[in-house]
Amino acid sequence: MMIMQDTSWVPLFPEDASSFAWQVDYLYFYLIAVSGFFAIGVVIAIFFFAIKYRAKEKFATPDEIHGSIPLELFWSFVPFVISMTIFLGGAVVYYNQYKIPADAMEIYVVGKQWMWKVQHRTGQREINELHVPVGRKVKLTMTTEDVLHDFFIPAFRTKADVVPGRYTTMWFEATKPGKYRLYCAEYCGLNHAGMGGWVYVMEQKDFDNWLAGNASDQTPVQAGEDLFTNKLGCASCHAGGDSQRGAKLENIFGKEVKFVDGNTAVRDEQYIRNSILNPGSQIVEGYQPIMPTFKGQVTEEQLVSLVAYIKSLSGDTSATGTSTSNSSSTQEDSTMNQPKESEPKKPSEDKEGESK
Amino acid sequence: MENVDAMKLDGAKKEPKVNYLTNGFSLKSWLLTKDHKRIAIMYLISVSVFFLMGGLYAAAIRLELLTPASDLMESGTYNKVFTQHGVLMVFFYLIPAIPAILGNFLLPLMIGAKDLAFPRINLLSLYLYWIGGILTLYALMQGGVDTGWTFYTPYSTTFSNSFVMAVGLGIFINGFSSILTGLNFIVSTHTMRAPGMTWFRLPLFVWAHYATSLVMILGTPVVAITILLLAIERVTQVGVFDPAIGGDPILFQHLFWFYSHPAVYIMILPAMGVISELISSFSRKKIFGYEFIAFSSIAIAVFGFLVWGHHMFVSGQSIYAGLVFSFLTMVVAVPSAIKVFNWTATLYKGSISYETPMLYAFGFLGLFLIGGLTGLFLGSVGLTVHLTDTYFIVAHFHYVMVGGTVMGYLGGLHFWWSKMTGRHYSEFWGKISAMLIFIGFNLTFFPQFILGYQGMPRRYAAYPEELQVLNIFSTAGASVLGVGLTMPVVYLVHSLIWGEKAEDNPWMLSGLEWRTSSPPPTFNFDETPIVTWEAYEFGEESGLDIDEARREAEVSPAA
Repeated sequence: MMIMQDTSWVPLFPEDASSFAWQVDYLYFYLIAVSGFFAIGVVIAIFFFAIKYRAKEKFATPDEIHGSIPLELFWSFVPFVISMTIFLGGAVVYYNQYKIPADAMEIYVVGKQWMWKVQHRTGQREINELHVPVGRKVKLTMTTEDVLHDFFIPAFRTKADVVPGRYTTMWFEATKPGKYRLYCAEYCGLNHAGMGGWVYVMEQKDFDNWLAGNASDQTPVQAGEDLFTNKLGCASCHAGGDSQRGAKLENIFGKEVKFVDGNTAVRDEQYIRNSILNPGSQIVEGYQPIMPTFKGQVTEEQLVSLVAYIKSLSGDTSATGTSTSNSSSTQEDSTMNQPKESEPKKPSEDKEGESK
Repeated sequence: MENVDAMKLDGAKKEPKVNYLTNGFSLKSWLLTKDHKRIAIMYLISVSVFFLMGGLYAAAIRLELLTPASDLMESGTYNKVFTQHGVLMVFFYLIPAIPAILGNFLLPLMIGAKDLAFPRINLLSLYLYWIGGILTLYALMQGGVDTGWTFYTPYSTTFSNSFVMAVGLGIFINGFSSILTGLNFIVSTHTMRAPGMTWFRLPLFVWAHYATSLVMILGTPVVAITILLLAIERVTQVGVFDPAIGGDPILFQHLFWFYSHPAVYIMILPAMGVISELISSFSRKKIFGYEFIAFSSIAIAVFGFLVWGHHMFVSGQSIYAGLVFSFLTMVVAVPSAIKVFNWTATLYKGSISYETPMLYAFGFLGLFLIGGLTGLFLGSVGLTVHLTDTYFIVAHFHYVMVGGTVMGYLGGLHFWWSKMTGRHYSEFWGKISAMLIFIGFNLTFFPQFILGYQGMPRRYAAYPEELQVLNIFSTAGASVLGVGLTMPVVYLVHSLIWGEKAEDNPWMLSGLEWRTSSPPPTFNFDETPIVTWEAYEFGEESGLDIDEARREAEVSPAA
């Protein structure tokens, strides 16, 4: 199952290995057909006219033709209609590519000049490699420690920029076991061309073996808890029950919050991240602006763990690597920024993930 | 206008030999000239130098990509090479080429004016171009810049150890050169038209430049602001784009593309203007659907401001913003399609001859068709998620920028060469080079569409081995293209000295620029022309003595 299944002399298409790859290919074929039709038509017309009406005497003055309104309307209207079909086709495929399904298993990705660091919910870490099971929806939550990067898997026909200071997401469902190229597609400096690797798509049992064989240290939730209670001391303000000074963190995820300035926001990953780094920028109604910033004290990977832990306080553990996912969360769209997964509205009791 | 030169000209009027080139030979008479034609010639020389340098960088890129490993250059060098190729070509060739050279030379001639409305500002714009260019060259000599011509933050602000600010300043200053040129064109078109030259008698070249100028004066300040914000952030640590100090890197992309997408139309619209002239002139037929071509230029200029987000489909903007920008992008496709159909229809029942400029026009049509149609691929947002940041993009914008702008520029340069210099170039070599460029170009860039769909990312010094075959095609094509592009330098320069002397109106065309001597006198027309004919009339109603010209052509069958 190597990437070069296409052994023709000049490979024309990359492998087709995700659930929406065929949609992208069909759109591509449709566009080739439309383009071919117009290009060949116009070129034939040009050749025909150029030969038939070649100059037969010097400085001839052929009859004037000013133009034709019906023709102009015709060739404005037809391209418009065709371009709308292309737009609609593209819109549907795009929606499928970026609408993150709620029941996807979650993997964290941190980009860094010039490597991809991947962390599974069960704690396994890998660099420049990503192991995923076949036939499972996988959601990547991504950020970067330095500059822009872009996580690009041609065989899956999808990519997304990875942006410092925020989380972006992408998803895919691999359909064929194999080994596929992973690239960084957003220029990131000196060794940009070397920032890539492989995505390994495995049968579920192979994937389970792989998970077992790569004994994990701590899951992100455990690592986050450790940071929360010991290393960073968040617990001193955020875990004291009714008497705590800091905002309550239990069962808040995915819910709306009101700030002292009257604005509201949905508490998603981005919100939690921002609360840790820029607490002063979003003071929750009813609390004092006393939290210090943790900017510069936590790495992106630690932030990912903290986010995972705080989500777990709301019962959200999303699907993990094993095959028993049955998350029932619903979904709504964040209207700002990225097509971001916004979070389950249903209370945590609905969940049966292995919460810690 | 009311200067010493003017008096000199009055005195010399009886001697028809004095033209704008022979009116003073000192260096000062060039460097302090207010003559739009001399300024255009100085632009021609400077822009050609930048084009040549950008071309050398392109050659280096293609040589490196001949093999999968980064063996010819280290990746750091390669990063600088592609960045500098982009910076020089975009800011110092593509943007000024047609407006500052052909537009500067021809716009006053075409509207029947003595000069542009602000001759001194025109000279100032040339000096700004030089200052910006020299600053950029200085930065390249010092060690270069490696951010990509897009200067995306935070790489450009915080991480790159190259001469970002010097190049940024160079582009900033150069931007004012564009703004001043645009301003000059707009005012001239409004106020300097000869009697009888109504708006709808203007050559489409002028309409295209009018639309271009609108974009120049409305868009360019935004890139100036963006560069200023970059500088403020670097110097004062106020967070604008850098997330580490509270900025937003995506904001930079919005601002950058708010200018740089319309800038694409700064590059292509003037070329479309040239093509309208060429196709009409060499089929000796009134352009089909004049008003539709004219207004499609304006429509492109206006809609061009609304589609910047299509450069950011995967950058983290909202899914709904992506859909809106995709829709608007599809709308922009329509005026471009209208132009292509009208150009094709102009050929119908014409009297078509295949001189060198017309070969370039045909080449433009072929390449722009492919460039425009692949634009639909990239406007279709679901497909672009896969294609963006790959070689598909690289191929697409080279088809539009090189296939469109360079073909239009070269076609126009050949078309008006005799008017600008008073000499004819070798028609034989002209045709050979036009064909070589067309073939070489397709061989270079068509394989890159396939590479792009394969997923080869752009800006990679090294690539997987399975992609080598197509890269070899591309490099081979680039060498043909390189030969094709070098040939005009030789035979055009050759023509300056050994070329046959040109008639005033070798093709018996009705435009005002053909109704003055070749080369024109300093103030263009001995008497202010009065326009009584419509644009693109070739018969008796244009007042030209076709029969006489035909008889003369019989005697000396030259041009």
